[in-house]
Amino acid sequence: MIEMQDVSKEYANGKKALENISVHIGKGEFVYVVGPSGAGKSTFIKLMYREERPSSGHIFVNGFNIERLKNRKIPYLRRSIGVVFQDFKLLPKLTVAENVSYALEVTTAPKRNMRRRVKDALDWVGLTEQADRWPDQLSGGEQQRVAVARALVNNPAVIIADEPTGNLDPENSWSVMKLFQRINDRGTTIVMATHNKEIVNTIRKRVIAIEGGKIIRDEARGMYGYDD
Amino acid sequence: MKLEGCTDMTIRAFGRHFREGLKNLVRNGWMTFAAMTAVMITLAIVGMAMMIALNAEQMSHYVANQLEVSAYLKQNLNSAEGQAVATDVRRLPDVKSVVVVTKSQGLKQLQADLGSQYSDLLRGLHSNPLPVTLIIKANNPKETLQVASEVKSIPEVSSVNDGAQYVRPLFRVLDIARNIGLVFVLALFLTAMFLISNTIKIAIFSRRREIEIMRLVGATNGFIRMPFLVESTLIGMIGAAVPAAVLGYVYEYLYRVTGGVFYGLHFPLVPATEFVVKLVVALLALGFVIGAWGGFVSVRKFLRA
Repeated sequence: MIEMQDVSKEYANGKKALENISVHIGKGEFVYVVGPSGAGKSTFIKLMYREERPSSGHIFVNGFNIERLKNRKIPYLRRSIGVVFQDFKLLPKLTVAENVSYALEVTTAPKRNMRRRVKDALDWVGLTEQADRWPDQLSGGEQQRVAVARALVNNPAVIIADEPTGNLDPENSWSVMKLFQRINDRGTTIVMATHNKEIVNTIRKRVIAIEGGKIIRDEARGMYGYDD
Repeated sequence: MKLEGCTDMTIRAFGRHFREGLKNLVRNGWMTFAAMTAVMITLAIVGMAMMIALNAEQMSHYVANQLEVSAYLKQNLNSAEGQAVATDVRRLPDVKSVVVVTKSQGLKQLQADLGSQYSDLLRGLHSNPLPVTLIIKANNPKETLQVASEVKSIPEVSSVNDGAQYVRPLFRVLDIARNIGLVFVLALFLTAMFLISNTIKIAIFSRRREIEIMRLVGATNGFIRMPFLVESTLIGMIGAAVPAAVLGYVYEYLYRVTGGVFYGLHFPLVPATEFVVKLVVALLALGFVIGAWGGFVSVRKFLRA
């Protein structure tokens, strides 16, 4: 599913973000990526959807060879992945339903059942009523649920989330986490970078801890392990 | 079969991009309004420059077409012989028209020119002293002097008035005026291009985050670009249509009020229909090119990986 072999990333300014990372994430796994700020978590996540290129090593995601992937093929990789961000990244000029629909439209999927699939995705995250509202009319928790609906509407094999609860209060964090758990229950692989100790220690899953650009810990049913 | 399916897809996709572009136009209200206003104002100025330039051009044509050579034939030739010479002159390659002024016509003209006050002067004449005169126009006004020298070499012609003393300076002035006008319009055009594409660039710059998000969810560059192109092209075209309509109406009105002649100077103006057609075509084409080009350049900047 996701395979990294000896991956290093050095930025143009000379900063070494990752050094010789090797990791395998199988189908249907739920993985937390933890570690202090600036440890390399974000780079690790960005390499998977080819926002960054590795300086060396090999990366395979959903059968895409990331280092060989041509720029114009990147969209096809991204359609096979759902992405969720701390700042939601919704299109402000599109309604809730249109935001979800956009992820389908880019695939030029047949129009026939598009509306149906958008509705299903919004039902699934519990936002049926908000379909025709604008993102800025929603609370942070609701916006993040829209982002989740957009990420899963294509039925991707993997969902990658970068601090999805970072901007949410505890109550909304839990409701968003429940969504991720349900998505994982359907067999979708989830890779989530997070700082949320309570969540990691309560919903126990595999934990990959990154520090100083290296994986220092990789445990099934791990703990957060930092005091924060 | 495969081709049909493909065409169908393309048309459907274009329909989608067109709808999206139109939607963005409305939803980005103020930015659209600002960009359109910039297009309108600059193209209104371009349109006004066109109004002046086309009429100046028309004027210079009019003046140039007034140029003629008067060839005075030898005294002993009568009108019939004059007609024969005229036929020869008409055969010259650069000659457009020849009008024969007979002795009696010439006298009548002279009487009219002198007015009743001096008509007694002419009454004292025993015979008509005026020669048969040919009024000659060249195909191209600039060849007037050349035609004059050709006509001068015909044996039946006694003398020629080619107006050389004012033909040369006239053409120099007209050439300079046209060149200044051309430079002015060109400078204006470049300014318009710069201003408008800059405004569109700012409008799109404010949406680079949107473009980033589109890329993240797997939109191809083409898919992102098309609605923006539709949007910016519409901005350019609508921004052109408004000044074209207003200026067209104003010109038509002025033309009607003045009766089609330049006030006081009796130069004929460019006919209203002709001007309006040129204006509308030129402004819409400009709006289209500027809009599409401005949109393309700006989006491309954010689509580079």
